[in-house]
Amino acid sequence: MSAPQITLYRLQACPFCERVVRKLEEYDLSYRSRFVEPMHSERNVVKRVSGKRSVPAIVDEATGVTMSESGNIVDYLDRTYGAQTDGGRVDDSDRDVTDGGAA
Amino acid sequence: MVDLDFDVVEFAPADHPAVGETAPDFTRPFVSAEYWEDTSLSSVTAEGPTLLVFYSMNGAFPATYVWNEIRDRGWTDLLTVVGVTISTPYDHKTFLEDRDLDVSLFSDPSNEVAETYGIAHDLDGMTGVSEPRLSFFLLDDDRTVEHAWVASEWPEFPDYDELEAAIESAI
Repeated sequence: MSAPQITLYRLQACPFCERVVRKLEEYDLSYRSRFVEPMHSERNVVKRVSGKRSVPAIVDEATGVTMSESGNIVDYLDRTYGAQTDGGRVDDSDRDVTDGGAA
Repeated sequence: MVDLDFDVVEFAPADHPAVGETAPDFTRPFVSAEYWEDTSLSSVTAEGPTLLVFYSMNGAFPATYVWNEIRDRGWTDLLTVVGVTISTPYDHKTFLEDRDLDVSLFSDPSNEVAETYGIAHDLDGMTGVSEPRLSFFLLDDDRTVEHAWVASEWPEFPDYDELEAAIESAI
């Protein structure tokens, strides 16, 4: 079994994370889940990967995109893997909106 | 252990994977200092010799004794050392930090992995709680058991020098 291209950093019971999961499942994308802790200070790995401590965050090795904020991620997945996809890259990963911060 | 003037509780014989047999594969949340992720034992052993340690839930003194010993002997510099017990991922993260351990731990609250390995132990006085017996399995990259030690008493600890010799001859 080859490693999934998409890594999702998530928090247990975080609705913003589940929103992203629903979208990943809708497009039948294989992904790995890495769970982090509710406390922001305990999320250094997410900060290192995405520049922010917020979850959800995804890393898509197929496109080289790393992204935070569920709205951005859902848009990205729609554009990249949705029915009308052109398969192109998108780059709105710097949008400074966060969600999923609180436990 | 100190000499006691009474008999320690004996376990019934364990039906665990023996030397030369293949240790059963399993997938569970695998907890490191930073996150946890579903991981199979086979993906760990594929990287090289692995010491698989089943131990009492975090917080019980055997857990502390065993992992302090492993850390102080520097086994993690020799090979991959991984643990399995019934504690939750959150608990594992705290345990790794508190014990200053550079290992990863599988979280198996249902104790099904220990059941599969024939080393489950129903705890008297903690109704509904089962945990692994203290057990060490030295595995090669195909999960072949090269050395096994399983506690036969509650509690019992291994001869760590003997285990270390087995590790050194396997790597």
